[in-house]
Amino acid sequence: MKGFAVLIAAGLLAVPVVAPPYYVNVASQILIAAVFASSLNLLVGYAGLTSLGHAAYLGFAAYTVGWLTTRAGLGHLAAAVLALGLTTIMAAFFGLLALRGTGLTFLMITLALGQILWGIAYRWVSLTGGDNGLTGLTRPRPLGLDLTPPAAYYLFTLAVTAVTLAGIAMYVRSPLGAAVQGSRDQPRRLQALGHNVWMVRWLTFVLAGAAAGVAGLLFVYYNQFVAPGVLALTSSAEALLMVIAGGAGTLPGPVVGAAIVVALKTIVSTYLTRWVMLLGVVFVLIVVFMPEGIVPGLARVWRTRWRS
Amino acid sequence: MGFWLIQGLNGLALGGLLFLLSSGFSLIFGLMRVANLTHGAFFMLGAYVGLSARWAGVGFASSVLLGGLAVAVTGGLVERLILRRLVTRPPAQRTLAQVLVTLGLAFIIADGCLWLWGGDPMPLPLPAALSGAVRVGTIAFPFYRLVVVLIAVVVAAALWLGLERTRAGAMIRAGVDDMEMASGLGLPVSRLFTGVFCLGAGLAGMGGVLGGPILSVYPGLDTDMLPLALVVVILGGIGSLSGALTGSFIIGFIYTFGQALLPDLAYVILFLPMVLVLVVRPRGLFGARGA
Repeated sequence: MKGFAVLIAAGLLAVPVVAPPYYVNVASQILIAAVFASSLNLLVGYAGLTSLGHAAYLGFAAYTVGWLTTRAGLGHLAAAVLALGLTTIMAAFFGLLALRGTGLTFLMITLALGQILWGIAYRWVSLTGGDNGLTGLTRPRPLGLDLTPPAAYYLFTLAVTAVTLAGIAMYVRSPLGAAVQGSRDQPRRLQALGHNVWMVRWLTFVLAGAAAGVAGLLFVYYNQFVAPGVLALTSSAEALLMVIAGGAGTLPGPVVGAAIVVALKTIVSTYLTRWVMLLGVVFVLIVVFMPEGIVPGLARVWRTRWRS
Repeated sequence: MGFWLIQGLNGLALGGLLFLLSSGFSLIFGLMRVANLTHGAFFMLGAYVGLSARWAGVGFASSVLLGGLAVAVTGGLVERLILRRLVTRPPAQRTLAQVLVTLGLAFIIADGCLWLWGGDPMPLPLPAALSGAVRVGTIAFPFYRLVVVLIAVVVAAALWLGLERTRAGAMIRAGVDDMEMASGLGLPVSRLFTGVFCLGAGLAGMGGVLGGPILSVYPGLDTDMLPLALVVVILGGIGSLSGALTGSFIIGFIYTFGQALLPDLAYVILFLPMVLVLVVRPRGLFGARGA
């Protein structure tokens, strides 16, 4: 197991050495998507709360950094810290609203909240630049390092991703993380054991929002541009697809799902313009034929075909 | 004064459209426990079918019925061919599976419409008989918007009569209240589900055609309308016809006045009634129970 982890780490570090810049950029996109999907997985997989508005936190953090650095003239460090703080506060507030319900009510409230945020980004032109979004962002220079080359930005993203995913793993394996999974499986028993189920869910919600904010920072530095599309329902749905496809409620699942979805999107977009339709078809096919996720599902299909 | 009156009437018209959209959503949710995220796409598909019908020279009323019928058939197929396959799954997985499938179908329909009808917004042409203005003193108001309000009221009355006074309506109400008990008593659950899904989809499709002359038809109409329907249902309560009616007109007014007075913030203003209701009455104004 330890050897396997070392192997993966070596492979990830070797990407900018062996791969041409285009693929290094794709790898950066996968890492950013992996952070985003893993944050959503906290809700969907571990807390059993399906959110369809998770792009709100990624988009809000991205817009806030964009606005603070280009319009308010703040430095990168201050803007990043402020954006993460504000995203967390927003998640805390949205969590209060969304957790008035569970199940489908939760899903509808998160979807409505996400769409309202999208509406603000799209319509409040004087603040957000409307359809054109915010342009003219620069990448930060942590410790004076130049992050403009794809390889440098990839390594920066890799470091941030590693720290964030480690944080998520620690949370899931902590006693609180166990309580989160209890709130998913047996909320009433957990309550009877003296846990505050609502509080457990709310803390997870806030953490998931904050982690999506980290993905938002990585995203906006990567693109140096942010437009309403990041806040659209398709953005939240893509993240959900990554989680479901890879396997919800597992740590590597969303990472694998992110790699599959980003690779699929990159490949398909070069040949077709119908990504949204394909996204829909993949959704329907996965749910109908492989509800357990692509990876275990393919393995099952492979096994049954192989044996028969 | 004129401003308030005209915007008030506009709010009524939008409320009427929202009712056509959200009453079906609410009924489907109430009976089948499916949050049908395809509903916005149904609305848009109806609008595009109506648009093509109008281009082909079909009369306006027939276009509305045609749009409704086409979407009702689409809805029936979705229910029979796809949603039906998921019913046998354990409840916890079923809900998520249904939501994801309806979301995927919404993407397919939306992208299909973009493919077939292109990306330009197109107004749905009104016949001359409906396109005039009504004058009261110095105020002129588009006649058609009053027609929309009237149709919504008639549909609401018909739905209420159908639900409260007919055998099928009694079965639907029984199903909304307690599905297990209703099927135990021998209700034809399968046909009921398909029927309600077709009805809800058809209403959304008709609403799309009726909304075409006011909102015009464009890609993204689906994602503009879906959150409005969700907010209506969150406000009004799930599975409640009077909730859908009240919620629709509240949101119709708030959104219309928001757009007129603070165009930048129209979407933020939607937020307020939702927050208020969620804090005070999480089950919605007329909701009997949560989801």
